[in-house]
Amino acid sequence: MTATETPAAQAAATRTPPAPRRRAPRRPREFTTFDVWILLGSLVSAISLNWLIFYRFTVGASFFGFIVGSYLTFLVIFAAVTADRVGRLVATDRVMTVVVVSAAAIVFIPLVLLVGYILVQGLKALRPNFFFNDQAGITPVMPSTSGGGYHAIVGTIEQVGLALIESLPLALAAAVFLNESRSKWRRPVRIFVDAMSGLPSIVAGLFIFAVFILPFAKSGNPLFGYNGFMASLALAITMLPTITRTVEVVLRLVPDGLREASLALGSSRARTVWSVVFPTAKTGMTTAVVLGIARAVGETAPLLFTAFGYDLMNANPFAGSQESLPLFVYRNIRKPDISAIERGFAGALVLLLIVLVLFAIARFFGRDRSKSKKRASRVSFSGLKSTFTPSRSTASPAKEASPS
Amino acid sequence: MSGTLVDENPTDEAPRPEGHVRTKRIVTEVPSAVDRRFNFITMAAGISVLVLLLLVGLFLLIQSSDALGETGIFTFLTRTEWRTDVQPARIGVLGLLTGTVLVALVAIVIAVPFSVFCALAITDYSTAKRRKWMVGVVDLLAAVPSLLFGLWGFLYLSDKIVPISLWLSQNLGFIPLFKTESDASLTGSIFIAGIVVALMVLPIITSVVREVFSQTPPGEKEAALALGGTRWGMIRTVVFPFGKGGIIGGSMLGLGRALGETIAVALLLPQVPQKIGESIHILQNGGATVSGFIANRAGADSFTTSGLLAAGLVLFIITLGTNMIASVVVSKSRSGAGVDI
Amino acid sequence: MTDTQTDVENENDIVDTPEQAASVAKAKSARVEIIGGPPAGASTLVARDACAWFGERLVLEGVDLTMPKGKVTALIGPSGCGKSTFLRLLNRMHELIPGAALDGEILLDGEDIYATGTRAQQIRMRIGMVFQKPNPFPAMSIQENVLAGLKLARLKCDDKDMLVEQSLIRAGLWKEVRDRLDSPGGALSGGQQQRLCIARSLAVHPNVLLMDEPCSALDPTSTRRVEETIDELRDVVTVVIVTHNMQQAQRVSDYCAFFLAEENKPGFVVEHGETDFIFSTPKDSRTLDYVQGRFG
Repeated sequence: MTATETPAAQAAATRTPPAPRRRAPRRPREFTTFDVWILLGSLVSAISLNWLIFYRFTVGASFFGFIVGSYLTFLVIFAAVTADRVGRLVATDRVMTVVVVSAAAIVFIPLVLLVGYILVQGLKALRPNFFFNDQAGITPVMPSTSGGGYHAIVGTIEQVGLALIESLPLALAAAVFLNESRSKWRRPVRIFVDAMSGLPSIVAGLFIFAVFILPFAKSGNPLFGYNGFMASLALAITMLPTITRTVEVVLRLVPDGLREASLALGSSRARTVWSVVFPTAKTGMTTAVVLGIARAVGETAPLLFTAFGYDLMNANPFAGSQESLPLFVYRNIRKPDISAIERGFAGALVLLLIVLVLFAIARFFGRDRSKSKKRASRVSFSGLKSTFTPSRSTASPAKEASPS
Repeated sequence: MSGTLVDENPTDEAPRPEGHVRTKRIVTEVPSAVDRRFNFITMAAGISVLVLLLLVGLFLLIQSSDALGETGIFTFLTRTEWRTDVQPARIGVLGLLTGTVLVALVAIVIAVPFSVFCALAITDYSTAKRRKWMVGVVDLLAAVPSLLFGLWGFLYLSDKIVPISLWLSQNLGFIPLFKTESDASLTGSIFIAGIVVALMVLPIITSVVREVFSQTPPGEKEAALALGGTRWGMIRTVVFPFGKGGIIGGSMLGLGRALGETIAVALLLPQVPQKIGESIHILQNGGATVSGFIANRAGADSFTTSGLLAAGLVLFIITLGTNMIASVVVSKSRSGAGVDI
Repeated sequence: MTDTQTDVENENDIVDTPEQAASVAKAKSARVEIIGGPPAGASTLVARDACAWFGERLVLEGVDLTMPKGKVTALIGPSGCGKSTFLRLLNRMHELIPGAALDGEILLDGEDIYATGTRAQQIRMRIGMVFQKPNPFPAMSIQENVLAGLKLARLKCDDKDMLVEQSLIRAGLWKEVRDRLDSPGGALSGGQQQRLCIARSLAVHPNVLLMDEPCSALDPTSTRRVEETIDELRDVVTVVIVTHNMQQAQRVSDYCAFFLAEENKPGFVVEHGETDFIFSTPKDSRTLDYVQGRFG
């Protein structure tokens, strides 16, 4: 050690005043400007090389092939140059960073394309009269802006509304049963709820058809024929397990300490649930329900066998075939005439907007308004599944692969 | 000890009555009237849900017994054709199942790597702010109704994928799966349907895997970095081994979803049952899935409906099995120990 | 061979017989080559005006400290004074926290580890760290755990078995696990896990070993073993240890630095010097108060 670094000298230096130079916080950067140039250079050379190969030297190449070729070549060039400069270890790391980031981008690109596509196509035919007319008297030669989907919107509202009325109270009560009680029936109920969440929704619709509609075909009773009510039953069967599980997860996220505190104050279990658990989980439950609605709105399959579809306004869900927004889209897309297809797109755009609005509402309710990590309100969409238990707070992902 | 409490030995324990034997008293909660009602109502709800779902399952069975009885279960499960125009009708679910499984497999093979990388991007390659909106975008993807995916796939994406199918059949056509007959149309293929379903299944798998990755013990990650590892090295040594169970579970969940997908495949595939005598060609037009097939036959007669129900029941059992395997695999793994599949 | 004979007499010690003692001594002094790694041997660490921020908040101010090579330097002080933050500055783990920033220089054998273009990964190979909570990799066996550093940094070694043995001996774990090197790393007790982590850090032959309260989660026996390990690491590697336990600091270290932070103010070094001086006749009254247990 040099003279200035002996312990004695250091000890003498302990009480110097703060350093006179200005201190500026900085974050070390590993990816220097030179590295950026390497990245861009590899990209450019890969693209030019592939362009030459695909468009000058060979024939019959596709744009897609060009993109893939460029990407792969870029990775190879970038890896080679980086490995040469800083060694294989760091080169692997950097290449994998590129791969991971591009994979994520590829996941997001289709969403953008899809939304854009529906937007562009839907706007061709979407006019205000869409919200006021039905398909009465529309013929293939009429333009796509004539007619409308009002009957479909009404149908959707009625069917989903009825389904909600049919399934929500039961689902909430069942969720409370699963989480708040100590009965030995919990296990079988949970197993069944889990099992039923795997029921394909088309089978639910087919089931309602086979049990409630087909046997009564000859009797002519409108209640047991194609109508909105039957559709709501099919929707309810699909919604019930989903909402039960999501709400159960939300309830589980409410810390036990709150329940204990309430019981210690002398309240009954019932009152604990009502006055303590529910208010705490309120936002989470709202989010779960809103997401359940958003999901039900987009369901098409169960409606095929139950509401069947109809071109005219039928505001009575208990008698007669009824249209619904997804059905409207589905049926029009499959028609051969262009105007019908465009009209279908208009309906698709409306459907997309409704789902987006519901989604935004759900996220608004579920937003983190406090700093605490554990939130019984954080429910995310992806599938409305009950999920990983509370070492994390987000009751998120999709387990409920309820196929539609 | 009745009467006065006289403390003759202040420092000793209170004297016990003669012959007192310690017995265990089990104390249980006796619910109040309010609670009794509460318990009753919730239990009734739980049991009703159970009964309801049981009834659904039962009725499904009964309703499909018609067609199953006439065809015979074994025949139903092994016959590929579905013809109701002849008497007696010859129906079988194998042709449909093959298509279902193929579409689902294509979807999973494509979706899982992307999902895993996307989940990695969210947990380990992003700032907190970016993480938030990335999660939001994934959730949004899951929110889009499959009808719209089917539409977009059918009317837009399908044509864009055909050149890829062409390239595959020209260059990898020696693999029987990728072979196409000359003049065969390349739209309406299992390959294209698989790609569209992959997009639908991506958000589910990504969400599950992301949750799992985010639970990787930070101490181990720090240790790996402190040893001189790069980020990718840390991911390989710590995150992947930890998240193995979650990745498998998520993939199986996605598989279950892909098996049951209806509307998109109804639009994309011609829904003609797949014969498996000859080899299966996924790049060319053809194929049917159980749900898509059912969807195209709305309003059928009672025998056909019964047959369709039987097919739906078979699909349901398969999906059930997949989900159950998924939950067992996940719960046995390290990352899944807290998981509720 | 008197040393090994006394070793045999002590229970819980690493050898049973003189033959084993001989092989242990041989392993200890063996030179295992690591290809691709940093130059071996202890290094000096010098901090010059080191400062650390978390976002806008300054948490560590103007630390000037020399940690001499081959010696053990202890960082003591009450909790929340920035000792751990400072430690993390030394192996560039501080920058892993989003929003964290720093200023000043940290010189490893004279070169600033924060110079532009220097890779943190290289630095961390030369400056290892043992954490408060033991974190062996549970998916790997004990042997694989010890070699994990080589795998992560892509280093090659000709005699892996000898390296594993040497690292485990140095960490004081060899006798307990020599027969079960293939069993999973997570199946050990807390103290054993921590010693495994030490062995793991030592296997890459670092120049400096940082230890962040390594014994705070351990029982007294394990603590003693770890302290013995630190004692024997002198001259092989420079050790910087953060500890709340003043007696431990006295037992184990050659030099001490006393950190302090007033309420809502950034931490700084009040005084540093040879351990004996700091604990008997420190220059600052605050240091005296702390080492005599009047606060903290």
